[in-house]
Amino acid sequence: MTILRALVSGVGRGLRFLRRDKKAAAGSIILFVLLVITAFPGWFTPHDPAANAYTPGVGLSWTNLLGTTAQGQDVFSQLMAGTRQSVLIALIVGFFCTVISVIIGITAAYMGGLIDDGLSLLTDVILVIPTFPLIIVIVGYLRNTGFWLMIFVLTFTGWSYGARQLRVQALSLRNRDYLLAAKARGEKSWYVIIVELIPPMTSLIVANFLGTALYALLAAAGLQFVGLGDISTQSWGTMLYWAQNDEALATGLPLMVLAPGIAIALLGSALALLNYAFDEIANPALRPVRVARRTKVVT
Amino acid sequence: MRFVARRVGFLLVALWAALTVNFLIPRLMPGNPALAMMGRLRGHINPASLHALEVAFGINTHQSLISSYFAYLNNCAHLNFGTSLLYFPQPVSSIVAKALPWSLGLVGISTILGFVIGTALGAVSAWRRGGRFDSVMPPIFIVVSAFPYFWIGLMLIWLFGLTLNWLPYLGGYTETVTPTLTWSFVFNILDHSVLPAATILITAIGGWILTMRNNMITVVAEDYVKMGRAKGLKPRRVLWHYAARNALLPNLTGFAMSLGFVISGAILVEYVFNYPGVGFLLLQAVENEDYPLMQALFLLITVTVLFAIFVADIATALLDPRTRNSS
Repeated sequence: MTILRALVSGVGRGLRFLRRDKKAAAGSIILFVLLVITAFPGWFTPHDPAANAYTPGVGLSWTNLLGTTAQGQDVFSQLMAGTRQSVLIALIVGFFCTVISVIIGITAAYMGGLIDDGLSLLTDVILVIPTFPLIIVIVGYLRNTGFWLMIFVLTFTGWSYGARQLRVQALSLRNRDYLLAAKARGEKSWYVIIVELIPPMTSLIVANFLGTALYALLAAAGLQFVGLGDISTQSWGTMLYWAQNDEALATGLPLMVLAPGIAIALLGSALALLNYAFDEIANPALRPVRVARRTKVVT
Repeated sequence: MRFVARRVGFLLVALWAALTVNFLIPRLMPGNPALAMMGRLRGHINPASLHALEVAFGINTHQSLISSYFAYLNNCAHLNFGTSLLYFPQPVSSIVAKALPWSLGLVGISTILGFVIGTALGAVSAWRRGGRFDSVMPPIFIVVSAFPYFWIGLMLIWLFGLTLNWLPYLGGYTETVTPTLTWSFVFNILDHSVLPAATILITAIGGWILTMRNNMITVVAEDYVKMGRAKGLKPRRVLWHYAARNALLPNLTGFAMSLGFVISGAILVEYVFNYPGVGFLLLQAVENEDYPLMQALFLLITVTVLFAIFVADIATALLDPRTRNSS
């Protein structure tokens, strides 16, 4: 019962937050729609996205909502079918990177001393080595990067920024009284970390997840665009690859470029808008002046 | 002095890590792709270059991993990266040297411009908090930052290159013109750089505006800014000489940190515009499985970024005594 009540109050608090913060609300709605398409792509895909079944190079029409490609495939179906891979890469990489950042950043800050020095050095070195050239080189050797390989490479190169941020915040919390009190009570380290240290860092962790997901979305799209993804599968980046391959812009088929680009930007904006909202939670100084005044009147 | 020593130490560690990663990647790959490449080349190139490649990728040599590692480090120290396969028989270093000025010019200038303009706009935005610019700007740049760099480039090509026919969008200069040191050729180069530079500027500027704005918001609340105002100084003087100067410092560190991101984006921008720089060359090398060229370019980009970060760190320390003592 208490769990249920906590859940209900949590959802209620979330909804109230969304009503107050337009940016977060817009981001949540876009993300929700894309998640539904990701979960049930069949509902939204009217035609076989791979079939060259239509007149090539047709503009907007009722049979082909967003026209057809130079090869005679339905652009709208490709867009819907490609949603899954693009959304999943972003979210899964975001998740794995956040887990690694939390483990490394908090361990470094909590343990201190030599362990901190070592982990910080590792984090900083990975942070300064330019990620995208490194990914290109790795993928250049591997060729035809499948789904999980793409996730592995992006995770391997994407966790360091978050680890650094989380370490800094954990360091600032480490000597707070309530943490010292927990230690003085003789609590175990894992208990102090999970119950006392991580909860106040939640908004930064969430912001970090959103930021990394955005990075993964754009990096994956870039790799797929230059043909380093798995070009036999459907994704937004691969659509752009084929558009470039067929010289879609020069041959008067801008929809082949516009549709996947705007889809990427929609998901990207959703992540960025939510990220911005969580930034404002984590750092109250950034909140819009007007909202701050209104809350003061209410309380 | 201790600070400089620490930064030099970090630079060396990072350089060593980059070199080692570059050495290990081809050796860790399943099925050794370099070996497959060698198989295709046998008989097509002379034995001496084949041997050089074998040393570079650790094939058929009876050396241990350790001794080939030191041979590799030695080669890197002498800028000896072997022969390109794509542009055979030119050495990798001369091909890279030809591409480097293009990238330094394009990416360097547009990055610095983006930083200066973005920082100034961010400062003004925070100063007039809640004003028209400040309420319109963040949402716009949040959305712009969500577009892939290369896609913005495609849109500019579509609009200004193909539809309006205002600007050239392929290559670094008109291919039919022979490069000479004349004003018309300089303008030809500038003409070709407008769209790619604009792409980098549009995508990079939002980040600078937002971070500078956030720094400024904290700084504007400080006592010395209130003091400046209370003394009756002109608002413009308080804005630039009191607030912006201090808010700039964290942004400078951010500048160093984000260089890697900018370079990453620039690779795809060069690819979209067929711009004859380092990024375009890197993707060509990957496409044609020219592994020696690919490795040299990765090292070049990494070393450039590491040095830029080092310079920015030292500059921050010179400007802000606090960073020298902390960290």
